[in-house]
Amino acid sequence: MTGNIAILGYGLSAIGPGIGVGLIFAAYINGVARQPEARGMLQPIAFLGMAITEALAIFGIALAFVFKA
Amino acid sequence: MSILALGMEGGGEGYTPPGVGIFWEPLIGHDATAITRPVFLAVLSVILIAWFLLATTKKRAIVPSKGQMATEGVYGLVRNGIAKDLIGSHEFMRFVPLLFTMFMLILVNNLFGVLPFTNYPTMSRIGFPLALALIIWIIFHVVGMQKHGFFGYWKSLVPAGLPKGMIPAIFILELITDLFTRPVTLGLRLFGNMFAGHILMALFIAGGWYMLQSGGVLIVAGGVTWIFAFVMTLFEMLVEFLQAYVFTLLAALYIAGAVADSH
Repeated sequence: MTGNIAILGYGLSAIGPGIGVGLIFAAYINGVARQPEARGMLQPIAFLGMAITEALAIFGIALAFVFKA
Repeated sequence: MSILALGMEGGGEGYTPPGVGIFWEPLIGHDATAITRPVFLAVLSVILIAWFLLATTKKRAIVPSKGQMATEGVYGLVRNGIAKDLIGSHEFMRFVPLLFTMFMLILVNNLFGVLPFTNYPTMSRIGFPLALALIIWIIFHVVGMQKHGFFGYWKSLVPAGLPKGMIPAIFILELITDLFTRPVTLGLRLFGNMFAGHILMALFIAGGWYMLQSGGVLIVAGGVTWIFAFVMTLFEMLVEFLQAYVFTLLAALYIAGAVADSH
């Protein structure tokens, strides 16, 4: 079997952000379900949290290609 | 190089998945001085945006046309949904042109990724998103220093009311966040999403084509892969819009943090 171990590293680095993004949107859906009028306030917070959590996975994929050699 | 030809490289020795190589597409010239496809698309996007915005706002009317409504919708999203909510109603207006420009530029350049014939997200070359991140980085530091003064700005990084012993540690942490993590994540997030999305779509389409060519049971698998390629295209459109939104949102948030009265 041939391939690149960096891709496995990317897979590992995607686990945490995956769970994290799920938790963020779970909380966002919960919040909107309980208080629909708070949607406008919660939306930027949810996307912001997603963007920050997702950054780890993005670093993962960038580094997977950097250390490809 | 055609993406469909990718799988056929290596002369029947098996499948070669698309890699970083598919992003190098020089149009004129060669090597470091080449005019590449993303450069051409970046210029094209500026022309398109200028034409669209001018055409839809030239004949403004109380009862808006479809084009005017679209422009007003996007402008309203950036102005009210992002700038006003995050920066606050006192100072947001002077940042709206910047944020609107960023949003339009990133949105159109991202949508080039799924648009037929352009088919290349400009932001999947690291230079473009890093330049945008650098502009935001300089601006939020400069407006912060204008507001608080040079030393006051650095002082305002540390929240008030901390115990004395913790101030140096928190200051260094905030300094790293402000000077390094923020611009790098801002640029890399946009780059990474576009890069990964483009490679993923190339993989689905080239892989499906390879399987369709192979014959046998693989034809069914290839067909299913192409259906998924279609689904991924729709998903990419969502991601492309979302990344433009997130970039503008984070830019507004950093500016808001710099001009806030107290941290």
